[in-house]
Amino acid sequence: MGFPLFAPGADPGPDFAALVRRLEPGGLAGAGRPATQPKPAPPTGGLPVPHGTTVAALRYADGVVMAGDRRATEGNLIAHRGIEKVFPADRHSAVAIAGAAGPAVEMVKLFQTQLEHYEKVEGVALSLEGKANQLGQMVREHLPMAMQGLAVVPLFAGYDLRRGTGRIFTYDVTGGHYEEADHGATGSGGRDARTTIKLGWRPDLGREQAIELAVRALYEAADEDSATGGPDLVRGIYPLVATVTAQGYEKIDDTEVAERFAALVGQRAGGQEGAVRS
Amino acid sequence: MTMPFYVAPEQVMKDRAEYAQKGIARGRSLVASVYDGGILIVAENPSRSLHKVSEIYDNIAFAGVGKYNEFDQLRVAGVRHADLKGFAYSREDVDARSLANLYAQYLGNVFTHEMKPLEVEILVAELSTTGGEDQLYHISYDGTVTDEERFAVLGGETEVISERFAQSYERDWDLDRALGAAVAALAGADRALAPADLEVAVLAQANGRRAFRRLEDDELGRRLAA
Repeated sequence: MGFPLFAPGADPGPDFAALVRRLEPGGLAGAGRPATQPKPAPPTGGLPVPHGTTVAALRYADGVVMAGDRRATEGNLIAHRGIEKVFPADRHSAVAIAGAAGPAVEMVKLFQTQLEHYEKVEGVALSLEGKANQLGQMVREHLPMAMQGLAVVPLFAGYDLRRGTGRIFTYDVTGGHYEEADHGATGSGGRDARTTIKLGWRPDLGREQAIELAVRALYEAADEDSATGGPDLVRGIYPLVATVTAQGYEKIDDTEVAERFAALVGQRAGGQEGAVRS
Repeated sequence: MTMPFYVAPEQVMKDRAEYAQKGIARGRSLVASVYDGGILIVAENPSRSLHKVSEIYDNIAFAGVGKYNEFDQLRVAGVRHADLKGFAYSREDVDARSLANLYAQYLGNVFTHEMKPLEVEILVAELSTTGGEDQLYHISYDGTVTDEERFAVLGGETEVISERFAQSYERDWDLDRALGAAVAALAGADRALAPADLEVAVLAQANGRRAFRRLEDDELGRRLAA
């Protein structure tokens, strides 16, 4: 690896993906590079590839809560029981992934590096809008792979230090990104999670209530969608829940998540299925 | 055909070294020292946006004196090198030694082959994550690398400042004392430096993965008063 110095005209600036492309076109595990010409490969059902499933985010008084289940599937088999789908993108934002697990995790790694790289080279962090836009570009560059059945659809949320509020962005496979007013969810169980959050969401939710709602959304999604994993009481594997506030990204401790699920399961077993809590 | 005048290589090198030293001496100096919780870097720098001290990677910091555009270019190259290496391999594989060697090669190359040497002196500091010794690599304009164990002084009046700082240096001192001594050494007997004249940063284990943190003016004022 040589010393990365550039002539003023060829300098890639604070863009890490551009730097990788400049140094070795097509190198470094394909970082930030559109896949080579999409071949007319079998669109789906070709190789068995692990897919991640439900992730959700919602806004509350201090910022945002983000949650994701832990199951990865290959067709109708369970490929992995403990995969993580929620990651800190930087100090004040989080990214969650749904879709083909391999490229998705790689995209998150590139995204994290990109945000930190920008911050170090420029001396200031990107705005939240700028981060969301960067992620959109990465999803767009991934489109040829998505056309071959390896779609990656992230969910991005963070605390906007300039506006003093939590914000959520959802994506589609073409890289289009849309800001959600209060909550968002994606993945195969995303619809059930979204509906649960929609019914329980209020503008003044506190931290506890927001976490409880996120946990309930994942529970309902797992109830309806076979590709979404619920709480695994036998192995002690629980969905990953994190908050992003002005103080930064914080992963909620497993024991706290376990307690929430225990309470929820107890409530359900007590015959209150579907009961609306006031 | 014109024949160039013969100039002895010794003379060429001497002239270049003199030129670089003059350029570096025009700027203000910088002191870095290990303390009980990490590494402290104190630079005399009235600017709040043109930094002399910066973050390179999780446990690695960069500091430069001399011509700003020249050492800033080196800083960005260092960030690029570290991020590329961490991305291709693993975060643990990024180390200051290989970065210091790259800087040394580059500076040495420019010194001998280019028209003009770089008028910079840089420091690559690495906080140990395994409980071993912290590293301070001091690299001069001609590519000479010195591996300092306790502290490093960069800039124009290094001998005077080093002497002052060495007198007050103590093993495993705390941040406040190290900071006080560094500021006193930079200022000398007949000057006083206010927080606004200083740029201070630490690499501290307590900061988590990204160990680099700047000390802002109000914190600096509090610590200097203590």
